[in-house]
Amino acid sequence: MPSTVTKTPEIIKKNEQEMLEDWVKQQKKVLQNRIDHLSESTLKQQCKEFLNQFQTAVQSGEMKDIDQSKAWDGVRRFLAELSRSRALASFSPSETALFVFSLKQPLFTLMQREFKGEELANEIWTISELLDKLGLFTTEVYQQSREDVIRRQQQELLELSTPVMRMWEGVIAVPIIGTLDSARTQAIMENLLQEIVDTNAKLAILDISGVPTVDTQTAQHLIKTVSAAKLMGTQCIISGIRPQIAQTVVHLGIELDNVITKATMYDALAFALARRGWHVQRVNGASSSVEKLARQTSNMSGNLP
Amino acid sequence: MLIKASVKRISALLGFSLVNQTKIITAAAELSRNALIYADQGKFKISVLDDTRRKGLQMIFSDSGPGIENIEQAMKDGYTSGHGMGLGLGGSKRLMDEFDIKSAIGVGTTISVTKWV
Amino acid sequence: MERIPILKVGQYLLITIQVDLHDKMILALQDELTNMIVKTGARGILIDISALEIVDSFIGRVLAQVASCAKLLDAETVVTGMRPAVAITMVELGISMKGVHTALNAEDGMELLNDILHRDEYAHDFSAIN
Repeated sequence: MPSTVTKTPEIIKKNEQEMLEDWVKQQKKVLQNRIDHLSESTLKQQCKEFLNQFQTAVQSGEMKDIDQSKAWDGVRRFLAELSRSRALASFSPSETALFVFSLKQPLFTLMQREFKGEELANEIWTISELLDKLGLFTTEVYQQSREDVIRRQQQELLELSTPVMRMWEGVIAVPIIGTLDSARTQAIMENLLQEIVDTNAKLAILDISGVPTVDTQTAQHLIKTVSAAKLMGTQCIISGIRPQIAQTVVHLGIELDNVITKATMYDALAFALARRGWHVQRVNGASSSVEKLARQTSNMSGNLP
Repeated sequence: MLIKASVKRISALLGFSLVNQTKIITAAAELSRNALIYADQGKFKISVLDDTRRKGLQMIFSDSGPGIENIEQAMKDGYTSGHGMGLGLGGSKRLMDEFDIKSAIGVGTTISVTKWV
Repeated sequence: MERIPILKVGQYLLITIQVDLHDKMILALQDELTNMIVKTGARGILIDISALEIVDSFIGRVLAQVASCAKLLDAETVVTGMRPAVAITMVELGISMKGVHTALNAEDGMELLNDILHRDEYAHDFSAIN
């Protein structure tokens, strides 16, 4: 069994300056192309801080449960902060873990000089195990920070990709672009229903011309959205059903019986206006002035060299 | 109603969106009703989970009722042996992220559900 | 026990649910409402649920039953003011509330009831002419 009482902190203290230089040199070798993100003085500062925290923690004698114990709080907090900042500065996982692992060489060289025989073996075993655990911890925090970034981006993407537009008094439209999975359906539903409340919309057009394929799952999601709007008293119209999609829907035996469907957004809007009691009419004379304008522009372009 | 209030407070504190809070409270209502209808009484336990990368809310409903003979059937929509709408179990599963049910005839039923923030 | 008041306005019955529903309360409401339709000859029922934070499958089922009963007694039911979060949850849960009309708020609901009843009258007139 490795001894849990270690003399390593003492020899670190004694040779701190030398070890620090050695350790920083080790890291600089590998981190060459990162030096723009990380000045040498910052790196030195980080190493020094870690050594301080590390010595305090080891002196507590608690060597087993470094994930939980109070004595290691400082070390954990320091490494988590370092890991997170490196993850955000797009360091790779190994470049991040390197911080802890590169301490092995200078530290073990020092230990070889100071300890002999069985004592050396025990000390190396204890410290090696410790550094491995801390290295793993660093990687884990790194991973977690990256996942946080991904999650936040996913959320932003969801919000960006589901606009709700006001088309007319009481009529809103949602152009759905891309694959309709359950997370997007949720986002669309939330945006749509909130907009219904805000604008007092009676009709909502869901345009799916930007949806590449419609399978049973997608249809389910569409039907859910339509039903939720219905519960709030708003009727949905699905538009933008391309010919292939119409065929797929029939082939799969998907029932869209209770849903109003239109081929294009144009048809859907015309239907919605009629349903709301609007009658759109071209004003007399307007057509001729539009034609005049069109003639003018075509003449102009004809005169261009 | 006591359950509803505590679920509401805790899910809000954990930072669930309004929609997800509503889903969690509704699932709690469905499952506690389930325990009441079939077993007259039951135990409710709510806990906050933290697996370091995310936080979650876990609810456990256990009763010492008759137990469920055919769980697969009971999970299906529209199936009911009491007087619910038959959406309690399947519906709650859809509202939450994780759903686990254990039941033994004559001993009781324990249902555990979790939603992650 | 708390009671949910039912207001008679013209040929309509109005109910605003302001508190969290106990099972007994909503069952009592169902009873009372059915009796009121017969007693008053009401043609329309408006139930506003904008104060409800959740609608579980039980409440959903009772609302649908109220609408079916009313329909048998020749009255239309409109449920108004459902919150977005509640609507999303109900859809996920699988409650459809078939046979229940819905509207965004009480005002729209009233208008909807007027429309439905006028349509019916028109249909009656029409069949009388033919």
